[in-house]
Amino acid sequence: MDKSIKIKKGNLANKKGYIERFGLAALLLGLSGFFTMLNSNFITLYNIQNIFKQSAINGLIAYGMTFVILLGCIDLSVGSILALVGYLVGNLIVLFQIPVGIAIIMGLMLGIILGIINGCLVAKVKLQPFIATLITMTVYRGITLIISNGLPVRNLDKASPFIGLLNKGKVGIFPISMIIFVGVLGILWVLLHKTVFGRHLYATGGNEEAARLSTIQTSKIKIKGYAISGFLSAVAAILYISRYNSIYPNAGQGAELDAIAAVVIGGTSMSGGKGLITGTFIGALIIGVLNNGLNLLGISSFYQEVIKGLVILLAVVADKRKKI
Amino acid sequence: MKVEVKGIKKSFGKVNVLKGVDLTIDNAQIHALMGENGAGKSTLIKVLTGVHQKDSGSVSIDGIKIDIKNIKEGQELGIAYVHQELNVIKELSIIDNIFLGRELRGTKGMLDIKAMYDKTLRVLKQLNLEIDPKTAMKNLSVGSQQMIEIAKALLQDAKLIILDEPTAALTNKEIDILFSIIRKLQKNGVSFLYVSHRMNEIFELSQKITVLRDGKYIGTEITKDINEDRLVEMMTGKTVDNLFENKGTPSKEKILEVSNFKKSGQFEDVSFDLYKGEVLGFSGLMGSGRSEIMHCLFGSEKLDSGRIKIEGKDTKIEKPLDAYKNGIAFVTEDRKEQGLILNFSISDNIILPSLKKVKNLFVDDKKIKEISRKQIKKLKVRCTDDNQLVKNLSGGNQQKIVLSKWIETNPKILILDEPTRGVDIGAKKEIYDIINKLKEDGVSIILVSSELSEVVGLSDRVAVMHNKKLAKIFDTKPFNQDKILKTAFLGEDYIG
Repeated sequence: MDKSIKIKKGNLANKKGYIERFGLAALLLGLSGFFTMLNSNFITLYNIQNIFKQSAINGLIAYGMTFVILLGCIDLSVGSILALVGYLVGNLIVLFQIPVGIAIIMGLMLGIILGIINGCLVAKVKLQPFIATLITMTVYRGITLIISNGLPVRNLDKASPFIGLLNKGKVGIFPISMIIFVGVLGILWVLLHKTVFGRHLYATGGNEEAARLSTIQTSKIKIKGYAISGFLSAVAAILYISRYNSIYPNAGQGAELDAIAAVVIGGTSMSGGKGLITGTFIGALIIGVLNNGLNLLGISSFYQEVIKGLVILLAVVADKRKKI
Repeated sequence: MKVEVKGIKKSFGKVNVLKGVDLTIDNAQIHALMGENGAGKSTLIKVLTGVHQKDSGSVSIDGIKIDIKNIKEGQELGIAYVHQELNVIKELSIIDNIFLGRELRGTKGMLDIKAMYDKTLRVLKQLNLEIDPKTAMKNLSVGSQQMIEIAKALLQDAKLIILDEPTAALTNKEIDILFSIIRKLQKNGVSFLYVSHRMNEIFELSQKITVLRDGKYIGTEITKDINEDRLVEMMTGKTVDNLFENKGTPSKEKILEVSNFKKSGQFEDVSFDLYKGEVLGFSGLMGSGRSEIMHCLFGSEKLDSGRIKIEGKDTKIEKPLDAYKNGIAFVTEDRKEQGLILNFSISDNIILPSLKKVKNLFVDDKKIKEISRKQIKKLKVRCTDDNQLVKNLSGGNQQKIVLSKWIETNPKILILDEPTRGVDIGAKKEIYDIINKLKEDGVSIILVSSELSEVVGLSDRVAVMHNKKLAKIFDTKPFNQDKILKTAFLGEDYIG
């Protein structure tokens, strides 16, 4: 009865998210203003480009994580996928001298396949998402260690100038990785809000049983969600090897936690069905700004971790307040 | 305990929910509270139990004016509330559930398990329940779980127990037990405020009835001086006649043939036909396998064996999508768990099974709006607009959303599982009208319902399940309710 009183308007595709997003944007601007006051180098063009470049890798992984979390699942294997894909592409270029375009396509395909394996374990074998991806996280990492024998691949830009270009290249003032970071956001936004798949994804996360009984093939939706997460981790792997010009077998360790943090700061509900990819974009930037700003101020990385944790707390609590 | 409520007003923001409500519950009285969904019953209960604070008016207990500021105060005054949706923790035992949040402690702050066990045992005995207090809640029937909630209220020394739709999920036998317990407690001086949509229960149990409509106090009547028609009139403000109508005659054309359906442990040997433009009722006790058959027919559960023919053609249905492609729609029993995505807007829910109809490359939001507005109008859904989240709708309106989402798929066969459960009488009538309208349009309907009057009133034929088998299909009207009921309880053999 009193339910009809608290009239909340909202449609998942619009309206509802604005306040949340602007609240987040305010947090991002506030942090930026804070760092600018303490260190004027923060607001230089070079540094802003740098922040976007730094945020792009975590951001892409977090985009994929958003899909999985919207489904009410989790993907712990993203860091391991990054390492395995990075290793494949690096070796194809350096060791086998394969054209970089083909190497990248193969890397992206591997990402999709690893994602599909995750999806099948969750949707077909019916393992708990946490456990399923904990398993693959270990196995994918193990495979990387086996084939690398624990050794890194270095000097990728010597074998393929394109890899170097990915990192250094710009269109106007925009670094290539920033263009990818923002461009992919646009594509994913359309995918989530303008396609049948997007609706089905939100529905599956919102109430899987109701979605299944509404003729949605929820298993397929889940597998696709994990495939997207795998694919985006692979894209992140390409940016990773270009940025660091090398790949170590332990690359991307802990990447899943940064990605989850970005998604959570972005206001996506861990129980699924609710959230926005634009929130994740800003969430990733907030983490990027924090890392960058704290480094500029010369704050020890030990303290940085604590501060990052507190900012996550702030964002999540503020978000919760808004919902009450 | 005598509770007197006078001129209670309560508003949330600009919306006035209670506009001056009176209610007097005498000592050891069973007082029924009736009204359509949205009439203000729940809010009144929440004011009485201390969940909400009244804006104005007075509450007095045994002549003394009091202010109930929070739930705890309400409990200390002896007011207990048994929720419509049970708040039990299934994995925990009866004792743990009963003492949840007020566990007894012995020395050194450890749990005093013995004392809790004894107290639980005593109160269970008082309720004539012979269950081990250590039994896990999940092993009890819904009916027994309900009793445990009442036991909990008794242990709190409740003088007024508020029961909100307590029989919604109970079998007839469980209802009988519940009623005898209520009467027994009444003799011991406990008062009850009984909220229910079920007329026959109200008449059987209560001494007085208070009716609310749109937050207003309509009146209090002595139960034995009033009849059903008058009560409905008080609730709706208009006379409702012909609650059940059965329009149109079905054709002889078979649209669906189900043969030898079997799923071990659930049902076996189930065969029936469905004709074009027919309403086939499914009656039977809870757990007799009716819902499971429908899930198998819809592909949401797997059959062990059995065949389906649609319009004379053998058809395989392995998943809901197959059913959809063959023109079958299924309004499931539990709208919150299975029917709706509560965080979605009305239009997003309505369009869900039909999304493919409104897309080229991208989904066409304009068309979705058009469709959902059309459905909202057609089914008279009361809402602010199609962007409203369904979790903020009343039960009856939620049910209409589930219906409209399936009507939008233009089904040939529509399965309805308990379509009016927990829905007030006004919305019920509207749902019956929708069923008849669909039937006139040539849709074939399977109606599963625990309300016998509903099945009998709307159906052209009635199939009765007994002991996981289809015992008999009654096909001559008027149906003999007595025989249907006996078949459900005792099987076909009973009819000699």
